[in-house]
Amino acid sequence: MSEILSVSDITGLVKKTLEEKFDDINIVGEISNFKAHVSGHWYFTLKDSGAQINCTMWRGLNNYVFFTPQDGMKVIASGKITVYPPRGSYQFDVRSMRPAGIGELQAAFEKLKQKLSDEGLFSADLKKPIPKFPKKIGIVTAIDGAAFQDMKSIAARRYPVVELVIASCKVQGEGAAEEIVKSIDLLNQQTDIDLIIVGRGGGSLEDLWAFNEEIVARAIFRSNIPIISAVGHEVDFTISDFVADLRAPTPSAAIELSTPNMDDLFGYINEFSYYNSQKMWEIINDYKDDVNSVISSYGFRLPQDFIKNKSQTLDNIFYRLSNLVGNKFNYEKNRLGILEEKLKAMNVDQVLKRGFVYLKQNDKVVGRKNEFFEEKDFTLKFYDGDIKINVEEKRK
Amino acid sequence: MSKKKESNFEESLNRLQEISNELESGSVGLEESIKLYEEGIKLAKICYSTLKDAELKVTELKKQLEESIR
Repeated sequence: MSEILSVSDITGLVKKTLEEKFDDINIVGEISNFKAHVSGHWYFTLKDSGAQINCTMWRGLNNYVFFTPQDGMKVIASGKITVYPPRGSYQFDVRSMRPAGIGELQAAFEKLKQKLSDEGLFSADLKKPIPKFPKKIGIVTAIDGAAFQDMKSIAARRYPVVELVIASCKVQGEGAAEEIVKSIDLLNQQTDIDLIIVGRGGGSLEDLWAFNEEIVARAIFRSNIPIISAVGHEVDFTISDFVADLRAPTPSAAIELSTPNMDDLFGYINEFSYYNSQKMWEIINDYKDDVNSVISSYGFRLPQDFIKNKSQTLDNIFYRLSNLVGNKFNYEKNRLGILEEKLKAMNVDQVLKRGFVYLKQNDKVVGRKNEFFEEKDFTLKFYDGDIKINVEEKRK
Repeated sequence: MSKKKESNFEESLNRLQEISNELESGSVGLEESIKLYEEGIKLAKICYSTLKDAELKVTELKKQLEESIR
């Protein structure tokens, strides 16, 4: 009879045998019952048509898996067999894991896409509008990546009024998805971010995989700030693109889609200045026309005509009045002249009447001795007539 | 200081558009038109110089991010 072993003995032997024999193996199989425990450890089953094996992947190691495994995904897992004596069970302790083929990732992609679509995460009704003139754009990408450099230079050229707020994160490899989520959440805690661009430059499907992760999709979905997804090149589509409020073919294009072009703005301002000046002249001229037409309207002509009529009447009156006054004046002036003449004449006549004579030489009255010229003719003026004395003739 | 300019830019541009529309509609009186026009010219000048003088500002939230991860 062979040796009698305790349960613990045999379990110990099995453990030693299995763990020594299967220390470094690769297993291909389909994942099922995948659970990511809050502790960070992963628990799942690998199976094929004939068998299944329980698997664990510890936190710290599963960080290095660039994708989150999904049920039904065929993977190649590397690790070792371990035995857990208290339960008498064995399991596969996974050290690393990769998709069994590129098709596996595609399938996972399609599956997640379908799931999120069914949940309504891609609903067009829930897409937030992208602001036309963002003041601050949050950027979720690697600060040292080419994508960020491109975005900076395009923003500076197109719309330097904007401020870029970068929440830098890993965009590929271990922990990338988690960092992207944290950056998105962090930007959502800011109060003044108008828009978030989540993205990275081109790369392989593996490189871009973080943007196909469910946690990233859900972070984008719950963001209160509109998000533009800009991952890889034109041809690359990710789950992020579908959840985001807008998909940009590249990070550069994302800036172009979210900022106005400065040259357009200059154009608009110039157009405004020119066009509105024109318009202002038009308005002023319209008002001028209005004023003119009011002035020349019948209603305004009436008082004008009235004034004209009255003014004519006034002219007539004035003319007549001035004539009257003028005639009277002239008459009085003439009368005065006549009276004056009479007055003068009467004075001399009075004297002559009394017998005086006066003497005129060259039509001048000679009043003094030294005004008299002996050789010249003169006239003696009497009250009743003149006597001409011809001295010159007598001399001859 | 430049922050205030930034926050005014969109409003200024929108106001410019509004003024343009109001002048175009011809529904405002002469005095109001002149006021609008003057306001527009002022705004256009501000917008123009804001654009011309602007320099892209980049800030990083990295430190806060690290804190929030811890």
